[in-house]
Amino acid sequence: MPAAKAAASIRRIAWRLRPVFLFAALVALPYLLSYSQQEIAVLLVVNVLLVSSYRLLTLTGEWSLGHVVIMGVGAYASALLAKQFGVPVPLSMLIGGGMAAATAAILSFPLFRMKGFYFLIGSFAAGEIIRLIWKRFTDPFGGPKGLKRIDPFPDIETGFLSIDFYEPVNYYFLALAVVSASLFVLYRIERSRIGLTFHAIHWQDRLAESVGVDTFRYRALAFVIASFFAGIAGGLYAHYVGAVNPTRFSVDQMVYVLVWAIVGGTATFHGPILGVVVLTVINEIVLRALGLDTARPLIYGAILILSVLYLPNGLESLGPRLQALWRRRRGGPAATGREPA
Amino acid sequence: MNAHGDRPILEARGLTRRFGGLVAVDNFSFSVHEGAIHGLIGPNGAGKTTTFNVISGFYAPTAGQVFFRGLDISGRKTSALAAMGLVRTFQGSTLFQEFSVLDNVRVGRHLGARAGFLSRLIGTDRASEREADDKARETLAFFGLEELADEPVSNLPHGHQRMLGMAVALAAEPKVLLLDEPFTGMNPEETRRMMALVRRIRDRGVTVMLVEHDMQAVMNLCDTITVMNFGALLVEGAPEAVRNDPAVIEAYLGSATGNGAGDAA
Repeated sequence: MPAAKAAASIRRIAWRLRPVFLFAALVALPYLLSYSQQEIAVLLVVNVLLVSSYRLLTLTGEWSLGHVVIMGVGAYASALLAKQFGVPVPLSMLIGGGMAAATAAILSFPLFRMKGFYFLIGSFAAGEIIRLIWKRFTDPFGGPKGLKRIDPFPDIETGFLSIDFYEPVNYYFLALAVVSASLFVLYRIERSRIGLTFHAIHWQDRLAESVGVDTFRYRALAFVIASFFAGIAGGLYAHYVGAVNPTRFSVDQMVYVLVWAIVGGTATFHGPILGVVVLTVINEIVLRALGLDTARPLIYGAILILSVLYLPNGLESLGPRLQALWRRRRGGPAATGREPA
Repeated sequence: MNAHGDRPILEARGLTRRFGGLVAVDNFSFSVHEGAIHGLIGPNGAGKTTTFNVISGFYAPTAGQVFFRGLDISGRKTSALAAMGLVRTFQGSTLFQEFSVLDNVRVGRHLGARAGFLSRLIGTDRASEREADDKARETLAFFGLEELADEPVSNLPHGHQRMLGMAVALAAEPKVLLLDEPFTGMNPEETRRMMALVRRIRDRGVTVMLVEHDMQAVMNLCDTITVMNFGALLVEGAPEAVRNDPAVIEAYLGSATGNGAGDAA
């Protein structure tokens, strides 16, 4: 009995220390990876922000097909500000996020006249228009070839500290810090009354409107916040990879975001993060090892279909399900063990 | 007899709403006095719900005006009307079904719980949120639902869901409350309790206008009744007068049947 009690309290302490373990794992991660895997880890961190910001928009019940293009707005804006106007890179990223948010604010007026499927199609059309602008206007957007030799994140050089952000490990930590801070803000928004109002609009927009919620303004607010963080993700991407082009932000890429969100599940904050991490690991480690990485769309499609059929609430529902199964398994013997006492 | 104010708090003048060729509301006028319980009745398809939707801002009127406390509010947004103190409920159990009972009423406190974006983010909205919470619980207590605060709405029986719908609206602190068929689907006991609640809401200083099919409830509850037929005003007056009005009886029963029955007798 004491042994069991001790085991239980250890488990409880371990549960409490989850954030510490997570932090340690995230810090240790790049040192366990090869150089090319480190590069993938950087992009994964950026994608975590992309899909998490997307989830904030879906809280109001609207699914957009333009989110990756909005990320591109942030990427293009930050790259151009740095290249053409010499704006220092961290600041250009912030302004890039602001430009993405401003684009969303303007698009709100036509788009939120629509709901559901119509909004989906409308957002797709709006995204394509933005992409056509990038393609058509070689000056300043570089046309179909896009922008190259985008200024990298400036190195930090002080007497005793020198950080070169060309190194994926260093950029990984930079992205991790920016994305963690962004996720914290997104989380706080969701847990506040603003989040409650977003959910309310999703489930009964007429009722919400009748007690004074300006549903248009709140839908637009969700869109603007989500777009700001997508723009930040775009900036992180642009100054790491050093090149952007219209194809990088095409609807194919949007489909991946949808698959991450759907396979992960959008009911909880961590669902989409789980989706992007698991699918990236499957993609980069399993498929690459098997030499199947060119079959990525095919396999993503299969995973999407399988998860919709067998795990309709996403990967996020897998934990509670396994827990319930585990408890039932252990419930049997434990109950019989208690009987003699 | 009752101490009603003389100036109408809610008034429609020549209200018209067309859907393509169909005239759902046709040059319809009425006035609701402050502190009254005002019934809007009429046979099916008379345009009662459309009238409600126009008053509450879901549809803009094709012609005519709606005045609230002397102000022309025609075509304003529903949320703006709620901020002015004109709040409606919905037919059936239109609620945030996925929320707890308390969270439903907390959404109803939307206008009362103001805070800036940044203060929401860093959590300095705690004081206003606690106040919203208290007000929400107080509203639940008024309806006798405080024990169910943490239940998911989907666990509530129909009668309680209807009361919760009213609680959500009342949490927005309306001056005029529009009730859309508050007694539909209720048994006589539930209807009796709901009627008592509507009276108590009125006694708190809220003017009530309701659309309802339960004739007995309307006759017992309302101070004034407006009868609509084919989108237009038929009669307006006290319950006794309306009950005995030949035009009203004809609208509900039809004249041909009435004559036939008279001949047989």
